[in-house]
Amino acid sequence: MSKINLIIQREYLTRVKKKSFIIMSIVGPLLIAALLIVPTWLATQQEDIQNIEVIDETGLFIRKLKNTDELKFNYEFRSLKQAQDDLLNDGEFTAVLHIPKVVVSLPNTVQIFYQEKPSNSSLEYMEEQIAKVIENKKLEDQFNLSLEQISGLRPRVEIVPSKIDESGETQETGGTLAAGVGFILAFFIYVFIFLFGVQVMRGVIEEKTNRIVEVIISSVKPFQLMIGKIVGIALVAFTQIAIMILLTTAIVVGSQQIFKSDITSAKVEQVKELEQFNPQQASVKGEESGENDFVSRLNDRIGRINFPLVLGCFLFYFMGGYLLYGSLFAAIGSAVDNETDTQQFMFPVTVPLIAAIAVAQAAIENPDGTLAFWASMIPFTSPIIMMVRVPVGVEAWELAVSMGLLLLSFLGSTWLAAKIYRTGILMYGKKVNFKEIGKWIMHKS
Amino acid sequence: MENILAVKNITKEYAKHKALDGVSIEVPKGSVFGLLGPNGAGKTSLIRIINQITAPDTGEVLFNGEKLKPEHVEQIGYLPEERGLYKKMEVGEQAMYLAQLKGMDKREAKEKLKAWFKKFELSTWWNKKVEELSKGMAQKVQFIVTVLHEPKLLILDEPFSGFDPINTNLVKAEILRLKEEGTTIILSTHNMGSVEEICEHIALINRSKKILGGSVKQIQQDFKEGVFEVSFRGNLIAFTNALWTGCELINTKEEGELKTAKVKLINHQSPNELLKAIVPHVEVHGLQELVPSMNDIFIKQVQETSTPENS
Repeated sequence: MSKINLIIQREYLTRVKKKSFIIMSIVGPLLIAALLIVPTWLATQQEDIQNIEVIDETGLFIRKLKNTDELKFNYEFRSLKQAQDDLLNDGEFTAVLHIPKVVVSLPNTVQIFYQEKPSNSSLEYMEEQIAKVIENKKLEDQFNLSLEQISGLRPRVEIVPSKIDESGETQETGGTLAAGVGFILAFFIYVFIFLFGVQVMRGVIEEKTNRIVEVIISSVKPFQLMIGKIVGIALVAFTQIAIMILLTTAIVVGSQQIFKSDITSAKVEQVKELEQFNPQQASVKGEESGENDFVSRLNDRIGRINFPLVLGCFLFYFMGGYLLYGSLFAAIGSAVDNETDTQQFMFPVTVPLIAAIAVAQAAIENPDGTLAFWASMIPFTSPIIMMVRVPVGVEAWELAVSMGLLLLSFLGSTWLAAKIYRTGILMYGKKVNFKEIGKWIMHKS
Repeated sequence: MENILAVKNITKEYAKHKALDGVSIEVPKGSVFGLLGPNGAGKTSLIRIINQITAPDTGEVLFNGEKLKPEHVEQIGYLPEERGLYKKMEVGEQAMYLAQLKGMDKREAKEKLKAWFKKFELSTWWNKKVEELSKGMAQKVQFIVTVLHEPKLLILDEPFSGFDPINTNLVKAEILRLKEEGTTIILSTHNMGSVEEICEHIALINRSKKILGGSVKQIQQDFKEGVFEVSFRGNLIAFTNALWTGCELINTKEEGELKTAKVKLINHQSPNELLKAIVPHVEVHGLQELVPSMNDIFIKQVQETSTPENS
């Protein structure tokens, strides 16, 4: 077995066998899965549902206020006083919505009575619903329009972003949503570069402070040791990512199986409720289909993302970014005697990374802007920024240039790091500054 | 005698200072070679060049008559002065790793390691973590992995530091056994006692230059200053009066009846002259020429070459 393989193997195995690796691989997916599942699960729970009693003196609002997951409207024909008494005696409703006769001309007279205040968003939702009914009523009265005609008057507009390339062909792109997907991937790249780059640095410092480095480089070249370490840790990173993806998927799919029955039964109930609203079903249906339309368009947009390309780019930019920064982290590790001395060197390395994540947020808004363009070309930020841009759609030449530059600068940084590393690992008890490092780069092997 | 290693006129310069300046050494096959010099003289730089950790600016190194090349590292064993192990690794696993890096295959490495561990009473530590080892035990493990692949040339930098006297003797015995089996050993140390005891040849480096080299016996002969120790019975004043201008009394000592005096003979005069002069006055019990210790030679040479005009 070649020596570099031996080094990679050791770097990989000692890390994968560590308790912290195993814990991270289990806890990480649990956390991510929890983030995905808990909100869905909470939504299926009945506890937070507000049962609103509607005392409608006009008769206009019966069955017209649309129920949501949290808000259920119930229409009772009794006096406000009775309803309020019931509320005080902890009846079946959580609040009483009183709509007076004069509401059409004086919309500010609607009142809600409660013991526990409904959330602001619930109040806003009710205001919106009431306003809509009044609006419909006015349109109906003044212009003699039917409900179908009215809902036809309110089109939902959505601009389809389509990119036109030099040959004149247009291509629909995923827009902001796609950039959002890209941002999440970019954020993962950012976190992983930091996490594993610092591991490279720690590994180098460990070898130096343990004084084992001289024993090893009498058997292998310093460059082999450095590359072996960087590659070994890259494999650890891939293992961790793979475990995380698999476990997260397993947990999410598994828990969906468990909750599925709950969710479907809830849906069936909703449908049944809808069927009861025969007289006004037209309007309700219209709204619903609008909503479905939106969802299908959302799916459409996600479908427009070129996932194989995005995944390929993710792997490439993660690898490229990690290798670029990893070699610099290795150089830093070799120049110092312990981790507390790394500060001054860490600073210039971490600044572009942090700047990249800041620019990435701007790039979601404007993926083809000048800032995003240049940041996706400069190798120190491109692994993060290009990841935001790729799902939206970039031209092939841009991707090629960005990847090429990243490759070249990775080679350059490794060459530079090797020079610093070679001298640094044998240098003990000396406070090193940038000038000193400059000299190391200059002198011959 | 054939040389296993020939270093020819090597110069190595770092950013600000010259670490080695035209250094040449020749290490005869099968010998124990002492590489001496004060701290910072350039010994470690030279050793690193021999181990191909760094390359010289000018000059060349021949190993068995061939120009040094990467394959040679498998025939060299190196125990650096700054030595350590991965703390979190298991002892056996660690030793296996280092052995494989030297080009040994797994089975061979394991077999030999088990034998060495038994010899050095480390067998029960195979599965323990390195951080649980005492300093002495860790040193033993380091020594084992240095010699495990049976190198033709063994370079030991301060091999005895950190060992108690019992383990020092254990390691010393191993070094001598390896030499008997034909291994050439370069020993870099400040311990002049062990140099006189086990080294046959030395090179003394100071301020990046070799200032002295050759066989230990020859060097000691060369540095003799004509000092003789005389032991006698009789009157000390009578003895002193008997000395003439061709000699110089360095000191005298009285232990009961027997007295001893150190006398330096000037201009290579024969000790017979000294005897002739004193025999009529005192009863001579012994006469012996004093050979300078390596320690004295080391200090004298280093001080001479470190005078301000040289710096």
